[in-house]
Amino acid sequence: MEFFVIKLVLVLIVFLVSLGVAAYSTYAERKIAAFLQDRIGPDRAGPFGLLQPLADGLKMFMKEEIIPTHADKFLFILGPCIMMMTASMTGVIIPWGHGLEINGSFYPVQITDINIGILYVFGVVSIGVYGIMIGGWASNNKYSLMGAIRASSQMISYELAMGMAIIALIMTTGTLSVREIVEQQHGIHWNIFTQPLGVILFIVCAFAECNRTPFDLPECETELVGGYHTEYSSMKLGFYLFAEYINMFISAAIISSLYFGGYNFPFIDQLGLSPNMLSMLGTIIFFGKIFFFIFFFMWVRWTIPRFRYDQLMHLGWRIMIPLAIVNILGTGVYVLFKNGQLHF
Amino acid sequence: MNPSLPFFVLATLSVFSALMVVLSRKPVHSVLYLIFCFFTIGGHYLLLNAQFLFAVHIIVYAGAIMVLFLFTLMFINMNKELEPHKSNLLKGAATIAAGCLLLVLVAITKGAETLPAISKSSDIGTVSNLGKALYGQYLLPFELISILLLTAMVGAVMLGKKDVE
Repeated sequence: MEFFVIKLVLVLIVFLVSLGVAAYSTYAERKIAAFLQDRIGPDRAGPFGLLQPLADGLKMFMKEEIIPTHADKFLFILGPCIMMMTASMTGVIIPWGHGLEINGSFYPVQITDINIGILYVFGVVSIGVYGIMIGGWASNNKYSLMGAIRASSQMISYELAMGMAIIALIMTTGTLSVREIVEQQHGIHWNIFTQPLGVILFIVCAFAECNRTPFDLPECETELVGGYHTEYSSMKLGFYLFAEYINMFISAAIISSLYFGGYNFPFIDQLGLSPNMLSMLGTIIFFGKIFFFIFFFMWVRWTIPRFRYDQLMHLGWRIMIPLAIVNILGTGVYVLFKNGQLHF
Repeated sequence: MNPSLPFFVLATLSVFSALMVVLSRKPVHSVLYLIFCFFTIGGHYLLLNAQFLFAVHIIVYAGAIMVLFLFTLMFINMNKELEPHKSNLLKGAATIAAGCLLLVLVAITKGAETLPAISKSSDIGTVSNLGKALYGQYLLPFELISILLLTAMVGAVMLGKKDVE
């Protein structure tokens, strides 16, 4: 019983934190865009415009809700639901911190540690594309359909490279559990040093999976009006846009826990703090890393223009996938060499 | 709680969704029911402690193959319900063929009920156990399958090429 209560509370916290971070990511995005374009950005709602996300949310709720007459009504509503659901499901396997020791029992700051952790993320991500596809198709609009088709082909193409980048990572770590991968990176033994190419591949694919610029062709407004969410209004549109920010938060968390040490930080053993203090410090540093990657996502968005569609496919199939295969081969040689099984 | 309750719930859902695949009027709905069906079958894998198989099943079938199906369907008939109507003779032949398949599928399970359950241990389906089995005991068939897949891939590319010199 106690187990369920703790897990339920953790689920609630992770969910609320994801929503909060996503909401303030929209604010951060506008502020960073303003900064990069030498503007001020939102500053009306509250001090420094800090209440802007609330104002945006309220606006989304108050808008009139339109379902096109020729739309498939059930699927039209199902689309954003799937998007939000899959976006908030991935936070389950991320270890947010080492864990707290209270009254002699140990509570890990992670909802569940399944032994197929990374594969679970993949499964959920690969289901996420249905949100876009179903929504785009059910709208019964050419532009929506084009956006949906672009989204699905883009996601399939980049999922392959992402999977292969992860295979190389698994070869060095020898486990699929995200917690074990993070534990192995104690101190400064981060996986970026053993997988430099893998990191680049993974981050590029994460950009593509989140439909962020320069990979935001599914909602390319210069060609497709609004892409897959052209026909959506009110909070259903809000959910689509919001899911993108949750996905960005979760991707940043996954990138930092797989390659950048998660809640580990250098000189962790030299500080001489109590385990609980270290654990809390680790969680704060983990969030620091996450915020850095969210900033990185935005920085790239306002710096690099969008690709052309054929360039996107070219990058995915002719550059990313071959590089990922080379990375797997190289990692194989490295693992054999490290284990002393390679004889010249 | 009856320990076989999850199984029956899942089984009912599987049968229902499988029927809806056939009975739905719109092809896109059929595909979505098929995806749902894959999920319920994935649930059966979980009940059998095969977590890895579950994850791979979802990623490969629901996440990749069905996306391609949906993709093609969206291209072919944009919402128009122009399903060609088959003649009654074809419908009858299809029913008989499917019935024969069902008979064979049911017949192969005959005698299986007397076999002892191999192992009830909870880690039988973990990645490491599966990997050891695939790369140890079943190495040759595993590698042969990879060659088969490669051949199929090359064949598909050859067929897909417009002009073959």
